[in-house]
Amino acid sequence: MNVDTIIIGGGHNGLVCAAYLAKAGKKVTVLEAADQVGGAAATREFAPGYRASVAHLLYLLDKDISKELALESYGLRMAKSGLKTIALAENGKHVSISSDAVEGADLSSEDKAAYREYRRFMSKFAGIFSGLHNKIPPRITRERSDMIALGKMALNVRMLGRDDMRELLRIGAINIYDVLKENFDDPLLRGALSLDAVLGTNSGPRSNNSVFTALHRMSGNNGGAAGDVSIPLGGMGAVTEALAAAARKAGAEILTGSPVSSILLDGDDVKGVQLANGEQIAASVVVSNADPKTTMMSLLRARHLEAGFAWKFGNIRASGSAAKLHLALDGLPDFKGASQEQLGERLVIAPNVEYVERAFNHSKYGEFSSHPVAEITIPSIHDNSLAPDGKHVLSAIVQYAPRNLGAGWSESKREFADTVMNTLSEYAPDIRDKVVASELLTPEDIETDFRMAGGHWHHCELSLDQFLMLRPVPKSAQYRTPVEGLYLCGAGCHPGGGVMGSAGRNAASVVLAQ
Amino acid sequence: MRTVNITNSDHHKNAVYPSPFHSRQEQHNQLREWSRWSDYLSVPAYWCESMEYFSGRNACGVFDVTPMVKHLVTGPDALPYLNRLMTRDVRKIKPGRVGYSVWCDDNGQVIDDGTIFHLREGVYRICSQEHQIDWFLTNALGFDVNITEDTHDVAGLALQGPTSCAVLKEMGLQGVENLTPFGLTYFDFEGIELMVSRTGFTGDLGYELWVDPDHAELLWDRLFEAGKTRGIRAMGSNALEMLRIEAGFILAGADFLPAMEAVRPSHTRSPFEIGLGWLVSFEKGVFNGRKALLEEKENGSRYHLVKLDIDDNKAAKDSFVFTKKGKYAGTVTSAMWSPSAKASIALASLDAPHGKPGEEFEVEIYYQRELKWSRVMAPCRVVQDVFWNPPRRRQTPPPDF
Repeated sequence: MNVDTIIIGGGHNGLVCAAYLAKAGKKVTVLEAADQVGGAAATREFAPGYRASVAHLLYLLDKDISKELALESYGLRMAKSGLKTIALAENGKHVSISSDAVEGADLSSEDKAAYREYRRFMSKFAGIFSGLHNKIPPRITRERSDMIALGKMALNVRMLGRDDMRELLRIGAINIYDVLKENFDDPLLRGALSLDAVLGTNSGPRSNNSVFTALHRMSGNNGGAAGDVSIPLGGMGAVTEALAAAARKAGAEILTGSPVSSILLDGDDVKGVQLANGEQIAASVVVSNADPKTTMMSLLRARHLEAGFAWKFGNIRASGSAAKLHLALDGLPDFKGASQEQLGERLVIAPNVEYVERAFNHSKYGEFSSHPVAEITIPSIHDNSLAPDGKHVLSAIVQYAPRNLGAGWSESKREFADTVMNTLSEYAPDIRDKVVASELLTPEDIETDFRMAGGHWHHCELSLDQFLMLRPVPKSAQYRTPVEGLYLCGAGCHPGGGVMGSAGRNAASVVLAQ
Repeated sequence: MRTVNITNSDHHKNAVYPSPFHSRQEQHNQLREWSRWSDYLSVPAYWCESMEYFSGRNACGVFDVTPMVKHLVTGPDALPYLNRLMTRDVRKIKPGRVGYSVWCDDNGQVIDDGTIFHLREGVYRICSQEHQIDWFLTNALGFDVNITEDTHDVAGLALQGPTSCAVLKEMGLQGVENLTPFGLTYFDFEGIELMVSRTGFTGDLGYELWVDPDHAELLWDRLFEAGKTRGIRAMGSNALEMLRIEAGFILAGADFLPAMEAVRPSHTRSPFEIGLGWLVSFEKGVFNGRKALLEEKENGSRYHLVKLDIDDNKAAKDSFVFTKKGKYAGTVTSAMWSPSAKASIALASLDAPHGKPGEEFEVEIYYQRELKWSRVMAPCRVVQDVFWNPPRRRQTPPPDF
């Protein structure tokens, strides 16, 4: 078999990249290991009649990509947009957070005003990052194009104005704990906002650059308010199915059930891939949507790289801490003090910022949290395709569940599931009675099922030292690798994970520019 | 003594060890002076460095090379591992052979030079000037290979000079005369294995002997017993320094700065910039520095390391090199008055494009006569041939003396 371009992995970035390359006339083949496209952004049946997506909320999907690939024409709709965040309180006195206001029985007017100001400056700062998503990170060279790109970045920061620029420089690399403490008094509000900074990361509210991760979450060019949250109709799989349809329409071929076992070389140049079944496919360009570590250390192998470079790839921090819980429910659970309408929003268990930090403490020492934090949705409230009539699906990200658990996950998974259910029961006492089936995916499961080294949904930890021209490592941060013809297009590249698509789009533009 | 247990937190307190030959070195060391070489005590000069130098050229000198840092590389991937690490094609170093090589970082800058001993099929010893275990282990990522530093497990003696082969035969090493340059072989020595390689750092006929440290003193005694009618003499590091400059051999830390020690990027050197382009094989596939070196080959080097023949009788130590018009061209890295070549000779690092054979310069030599400093601008030229290169260095069997 002989094609122009092979894409390893049919996750959302691989599909975006395939669609753009095929539109530009390349003969593209996407090789997906699983039996359906989408990776962790697929909608899967986890119990008979019940479906859920590992990536369950859409924050970041780039509106240019949606438009350029005409995703709506392939059936992509939102079941619900502009989700509020309900910060759950054990006593039922929840705080409701939306993009422009915050409400709660015990909230002071100072906190309400502070929230508007917090949103103002955080949205403005997030805008700096939004502007970078669809750009190739500049290299630190003396070349004109790099100098201009770096200059533009600096100019954008300066254009914030004196006070805001000073504030960005002050808080940009520090931790969210301090910033929330400066701005708010209400523990519940602080807790919920701190969760935004640490979801999906291997860090706590007091870890360095957790303000940056909070900004990243708000930086999507999604067409809504900064950090706007949506639930796609049909689950996240609807996004990747639409992307796959767009790619196929443009002429790309997508082969599922085709795991790649190695990248083949001819001297310095890539010459194709070998599948797990031994079949070889020749191509002069291979774009990998697999995470950078898997791509370079397992598929290409370190021996084909110069040692200093291989060492950098080996040292990429990519250890997931987020587990995923799917519950099949035979009716809506009763969350204390939450209205029926509120159950359809984004529910978070992060009663105060110290609670979140304590939950993180366990993971530093290879333990799971005794009192986990959670981001919960019940998407079946908005989308009856996900569960049988009158039944529901609860989907929750639960932290912290470190990839490398001291006791090992096979020993501890049941115990962790119990811990999570206990925590949920504190807020929804009847939840155990409603569960008809469940699925818990630890980072180890996520690593195995979705072939992500470390089970990290960003592929590489999202932090300032692994961002922009440092992501995944210097000299490979422009989607190219030292191997001629081998490119990276996944979440491990700029601008990172979350279902955004920009990495795939940027990679395609680099491939096309060669 | 055996490999140091570095988990012992006190190991730094006695980081400089007496060599396994120490008791014998002590007997010969009339000047009672000791220096440090890597982890060991070494002798700069036993009695008279000139006499020791001449034993290396006219008879034979014995130099303790135990302090050389040694590594053992084994395992199924030993060869691919070394071929990625080294600039030269290690596949060409067959079992029983030794190869000189350099290794670079990803920027193509030389980290160190050393010798690769292919001891047995798939078993290699790497000798280096600097400690390399950290870099060697860094390189092991993704290879099924076992790397240990075994400096303290092997005692080494260099026996260098025209009578060296005869002395070894006298000691009972039958057939040692058939060993070709850069060959290695094994002999029985008092019931244990003695490895002999026809290698050295003097550019002359010479051998290196490698043995278990427990047998080190016995080896020394047998050697001196066998060599007593052939002018054998213990040789210090000062004499070796003279011998190696005459042979045109470069020294890490003198003629180039090991890349891992450099703070200023422009102060390191690529293999091409220290005259070792012949050690770079672009045909063998990926190796550390390959991309950068291909680029350098295309675009040109920044420096050239050259041999200078100086019209003067003084050593041009630490001198600046100027063009005939008085423009800065580079600096001398090693220099001496060569007793064998009867010339003032030097190795110098010149800024490219300087350094073509026959190109003429002036070196600025500062010298002292009875505490009075003077300066001379001595004319010199770049030469291609090494200053000392006797046929016996290559002859097998070597001529008897």
